[in-house]
Amino acid sequence: MSFLQLDGLAKTYADGTQAVKGIDLVCEEGEFAVLLGPSGCGKTTTLRMVAGLEVPSAGRIVLGGVDIGPWPPRRRDVGFVFQFYALYPHFTVRENLAFPLENMAVAAPECRRRIEEIAARLRVGDLLERYPRELSGGDQQRVALARAMVRRPQLYLMDEPLGTLDADLRLVMRELIREQQLNDGATTLYVTHDQEEAMSLADRIVVMEAGTIRQHGTAAEVYARPASLFVAHFIGSPGMNFAEGQVRDGAFHAGDFVWPLSVQCPTGPVTLGIRPEFVRMADGGALRGEVVLDEYMGACRYVHVQTPCGRWVLRTDAGQRAVLGQVAALQLDPEQVRLFDGQSGERIG
Amino acid sequence: MKTFLQLRGIDKTLGRVRALRGVDLELGDDELLVVLGPTGAGKTTLLRVMAGLERADAGSVHMAGEDVGQWEPAQRDVAFAFQNFALYPDWSVRRNLAFPLRAPGRQLAESEIKRRVDWVAELLRIERLLDRPSVQLSGGEMQRVAIGRCIVRRPRLFLLDEPLTNLDAKLREELRVELALLRRALGIPMVYVTHDGAEALSMADRIAVLSEGCVLQVGAPEIIYRQPNSPLVARQLGQPAINLFRARSQGGHWVVGREGALAPTAVGQGAECTLGVRPEDIEPDGGPSAARVRVVEDAGPTWILLVDWLGVSVHIIADKTRRYDPGQQIWPRVAAERVVSWEASA
Repeated sequence: MSFLQLDGLAKTYADGTQAVKGIDLVCEEGEFAVLLGPSGCGKTTTLRMVAGLEVPSAGRIVLGGVDIGPWPPRRRDVGFVFQFYALYPHFTVRENLAFPLENMAVAAPECRRRIEEIAARLRVGDLLERYPRELSGGDQQRVALARAMVRRPQLYLMDEPLGTLDADLRLVMRELIREQQLNDGATTLYVTHDQEEAMSLADRIVVMEAGTIRQHGTAAEVYARPASLFVAHFIGSPGMNFAEGQVRDGAFHAGDFVWPLSVQCPTGPVTLGIRPEFVRMADGGALRGEVVLDEYMGACRYVHVQTPCGRWVLRTDAGQRAVLGQVAALQLDPEQVRLFDGQSGERIG
Repeated sequence: MKTFLQLRGIDKTLGRVRALRGVDLELGDDELLVVLGPTGAGKTTLLRVMAGLERADAGSVHMAGEDVGQWEPAQRDVAFAFQNFALYPDWSVRRNLAFPLRAPGRQLAESEIKRRVDWVAELLRIERLLDRPSVQLSGGEMQRVAIGRCIVRRPRLFLLDEPLTNLDAKLREELRVELALLRRALGIPMVYVTHDGAEALSMADRIAVLSEGCVLQVGAPEIIYRQPNSPLVARQLGQPAINLFRARSQGGHWVVGREGALAPTAVGQGAECTLGVRPEDIEPDGGPSAARVRVVEDAGPTWILLVDWLGVSVHIIADKTRRYDPGQQIWPRVAAERVVSWEASA
């Protein structure tokens, strides 16, 4: 059953800027949905409208079957987590966590029980009597999360909550958020520009660009079958390899690079795309180029090959060192080749 | 390759902090050395000592065989690029790029200045931006221009202090590759400071790991990654970080907990150590003891699993030939030949 539903939700600012251009979105109960896109794509505005911090110009927001559009933020029962911790500096951690519960008039023993439970879950149980300034950035962010979660709202809204943390801590926090969300089964709407974060957290990724939804689906779907060149480029690190060319006589042509197509594809300009892990060097490979860069990544290696179609990246075994200047022939996994319309950028195969 | 830069026994105290403690480092004349370490390790101070912006309290700095310890920054002919690049906002990109060439004491003809600016613009693919005011540039474009301004005068040494840190992930990845390609074209020795393990691994000829002012290990990326000399060094590289276990020698194996025999050892019965196992060196199946999957993350070409195993939380990078679910039981198997061990010190 749909839990959160956005119908034609739009936001146009007084200066005429169309931040969100009428989006439709349905979230199931307990789902973790991530709004992903570059800055200015409308993801944060969307989240703020759901929170009640922005008034939509058009459209409806339905939560648990009720149109909450006219409701003030307090009544919406959502837990909001920002990039910046925003803890009360003169309150201890315990007092910070108690604050939302006191507002709800939760009885003291119950309040105490809930604080200790959530603090233990988010591993801030030892910090309850400290003040925010005495905590590291990571611990402050844990407390901010705990404060959003202690109320057990029906919906979590998170706006780049890992924005300022370093890489190790991001991973830890990511796992903590995911585990906690699975445990309490709360529906979550999460905003980020980081595709890696989106892939790793989401039940469903909603890719936004220029105020509209470009694609939504599981991480695996969006990764394997991107709806457009934009999505294909944005998702994945490194992104997909592309070659611009023409389809004629049942094959893709880009100069000397000819790739026979097993599927029907109309004649005309087409961009061929494939992910780095599905390209390898092999004698007789269809696309030739020169190795220009060999990036050792520890767990794998990225080999960059300059081809007539641009620079391509291969993901290879960490043990397979490539030789700079070497001429390489690239073999593509036929199952994994994607085709995009040369004009619109939409995927056609 | 000849040695270009040589640091010997560098000490530096800033206020009450001993920022650098007896640092020895060498840089070849066509080498990219990455200085890797957490915030506060002394990385920026080290760069400033190289540039001549700080005088060392003790030790020596040699460039191309000459002691430059008393030289001013300008004499050292070093280009320094910071995390936050400061361009003149109202100036065009061309004027910003030409600025270092017009410094007092440089008597370059206008035609030579134009030639150099065009050269650097082509190298960095910013030709189309040359006549725009800097204030109109995107973050990535600004960073390119700032890097261009550093290399336009072809310094003897190029120092980069976390140049990609403030950019978003996608841009960081693109610029990392461009910097690596650029560097091959330039042939100027570089010292590159970062706290990002991926940048260090992918860009460096050699990595120097710095912690609390001390160099802990120096070597090629493969060496630092596969044979780190301490758990501290091991944890600087790799995402997710290396898994660490406490182990005891028992019946010719390093054993974790009661039943986790992870690697053979010849060390006497009862000895203790820390074992390091990289997430990609654990197969989810085929081992003797069970683990429970807690979190499954889609990392594109692979899964990242967080599992409870042998009493600790362990990361596994698993290939995508099958799927995993939270709560599922798996039987991890470690590639024993890839396990690193550090004897417990007193």
